[in-house]
Amino acid sequence: MTVPNLEAVARVDLRHRCKSAVDAGARMQMAYAWFPDGPQDPEVRYVVHAGTREPLQVWRCRPGSHTMPSLATIAPLLSWYEREITDLCGLQFEDQPQPESLVLLPGATMSTPPLLPGANAALSYVPAASTLPEMGGSTRDDVQSLPFGPVRADVLESAQFNFYYIGEAILHYHPQLFFKHRGMEKRFENITPELGAVLAERVSGVGSVAHALAYCRALEAAAGCAVPARAHWLRVLLAELERVYNHLHYLGHLCHTTTLKVGEAEGKYLEELAKQLNCRAVGSRLLRGLVSPGGLRREPQLAGLPEQLEKLRSEFVRYSVMLEASTTHLDRLITTGVLSRKLAFDQGATGPIERASGLDRDLRRDQPYAAYPELPLKVAVREAGDAHARQQLRIAEVDNSIELILELLAKLPGGALSTHCRPSPGSEGLGWSESPRGSLYYAVHIDNAGRLARVKIKSPSFSNWRVFPFTVHDSNMMDYAINEASFGLTIAGCDR
Amino acid sequence: MPLWTLYGLRQGRVSTRWPASGDDGQSGTLGMPHFDPAKCQEGCRRCAEACLPGAITVTGAAQGTRVAVDYGRCVTCQMCVEVCPTGAFTASGDWAFGARRREDLVWMQAAASKDGAALKGQIHRLFGRSLHVRHVDAGSCNGCESELQALNNPFYNLHRLGVFFTASPRFADLLLVTGPVTYALRGPLLETYEAMPDPKFVMAVGTCAVSGGTNGGGYACGNGLDDFVPVDIYLPGCPPNPAAIIHALLMLLERAPQRVRGGRISAGGDGA
Repeated sequence: MTVPNLEAVARVDLRHRCKSAVDAGARMQMAYAWFPDGPQDPEVRYVVHAGTREPLQVWRCRPGSHTMPSLATIAPLLSWYEREITDLCGLQFEDQPQPESLVLLPGATMSTPPLLPGANAALSYVPAASTLPEMGGSTRDDVQSLPFGPVRADVLESAQFNFYYIGEAILHYHPQLFFKHRGMEKRFENITPELGAVLAERVSGVGSVAHALAYCRALEAAAGCAVPARAHWLRVLLAELERVYNHLHYLGHLCHTTTLKVGEAEGKYLEELAKQLNCRAVGSRLLRGLVSPGGLRREPQLAGLPEQLEKLRSEFVRYSVMLEASTTHLDRLITTGVLSRKLAFDQGATGPIERASGLDRDLRRDQPYAAYPELPLKVAVREAGDAHARQQLRIAEVDNSIELILELLAKLPGGALSTHCRPSPGSEGLGWSESPRGSLYYAVHIDNAGRLARVKIKSPSFSNWRVFPFTVHDSNMMDYAINEASFGLTIAGCDR
Repeated sequence: MPLWTLYGLRQGRVSTRWPASGDDGQSGTLGMPHFDPAKCQEGCRRCAEACLPGAITVTGAAQGTRVAVDYGRCVTCQMCVEVCPTGAFTASGDWAFGARRREDLVWMQAAASKDGAALKGQIHRLFGRSLHVRHVDAGSCNGCESELQALNNPFYNLHRLGVFFTASPRFADLLLVTGPVTYALRGPLLETYEAMPDPKFVMAVGTCAVSGGTNGGGYACGNGLDDFVPVDIYLPGCPPNPAAIIHALLMLLERAPQRVRGGRISAGGDGA
């Protein structure tokens, strides 16, 4: 099985199929377009999650032209995917409720859509203002607009945040993302599958393992190769080490926004200890350079790792107890940035964000991969949906991850580290992983020469950035930074 | 309410004293691979084919092939080490690859001559004990930001060296840029540079900012900072670790010697 439950859906049936799937509780997970038979004949793929623990389905639709029916009014989270397809593949979606471009900034135009086969696209750019809602002219001159960024205070990723506000109250919030769009999906085209793993690690640095893993799993699905058990187990080790250092950073940064100074220092110190531990184990603080198609590239140095992790865990437990007892800190988190369960589901929230809003979803358990089925995985869920729930969720996940790693190290099987993985010409595969920030998908198509023809990346922050503004409208300025930190978003993965 | 102050005091001092003495925190690093052309086989191109960012180029026909290595393009992925059949590329822990001139990052048969010392003393006198840095992300993968943010954690504690990140470019002495420079961030980058008072310095941090790396080029990206602003320090690495960033900052301030010449690290520096 290279792509799970692949099914052709006719253009005329698409809306109906989508409606009945959504009514039955399915979530449309992602959509992308590619051109298997030349630029005149696009194919749009939809990845559908019928139920949390049911197998994934993939729909393919050949419109026979460059227009498709929009599904955004039925499954609103698809709106971003459709707009991206319009920007990068040149397809138009009829009745798209929000037809302005998404990935290309206002004022940017392409000579030809860059993901068309053989396209040598040139981009021209004359910066223009974003299309933002009308706030009512001269009678409403008390409404102020604040464009903040793309260069912001502190060492942060670039994005522009537009606030409409009166005094402290935010009326409307529009994040202008995609300043960091690098055309990463295009960069995969025409390179060899082995080198694709090096590139996947560089889509979002703090998600290097998750990206490489999802990419390699897609290739392994295409090649139909069986990864050795030891590689499966060590991949879980790397993925969980990545979760640990990311969540420790998250907690330190959250304390920064609530001005809990020692809490910030301690969180970031523990993150540093975790990164140094990564470096000693695999030679890279961001855990790069190990995951490769077919397994792992080399053995990590595991001597002393359990003892170092035990030490980290005992320091972390003390720290997390302190955090959960600090009333000044908690006062700023409780009821801040509430995301309801329904909104989280409908708009596609993923990872710790949806789990903090009561949705019990985690790819590690629901669509099991690597060695997760053989390990005692605990999935933390909180109901409140506020910044505090998101902190609690991350704390629980650090605990669970360290426990999982210790269990794994005690039972690690021996044997080979890698197997031959060469996908045959024309093959394809879908891979996924649960990154520290949520669900990550790679769809990989191989061309007739055995090189990469099309790689689609669905990063977790692409999903969560769509959801985040709903928690900002009608909130207040004082809470904004805390709310944003509580989401733990990255921009590189979203923008690609 | 927990006593955070007491908790902090009990933790004691955790900052390293490096580079004066002590631990740089980078043990185990796989850095820029070492290269020994004497071991190359005629006609072999395996390293170049395995090098995604094109740091290794092979020129010439079967007889008399020449391999050139540009560490300004290296992302330390170690693929060349793995595919090399003769051990011409070997793994190393070298990471202090900050350089004043782009050419110093290119492996050459004879080490490059030392650069002029015209500025010597000036930079140190003006900024040696207080440098304010404005960071601009020009389209990184956020790996570099992760390591830049680490500079202010208690282990590295950058303030102890008199280096501070500042919000306004008006207060900044150094523009520190990550990423290959996307079309959308070229404008904000140039505006930030223009807004800084003279004298000002520019540092390219990470292989993307130095040369474009694996992510540069294409329809949306430039190939690093060189095409847009004059660069004073190049620091390749993917990402450069916090100690490498500190070394490059101190190098700018003439408080540490450049350690890379002709693509090779010298242990004690050359004192230029």
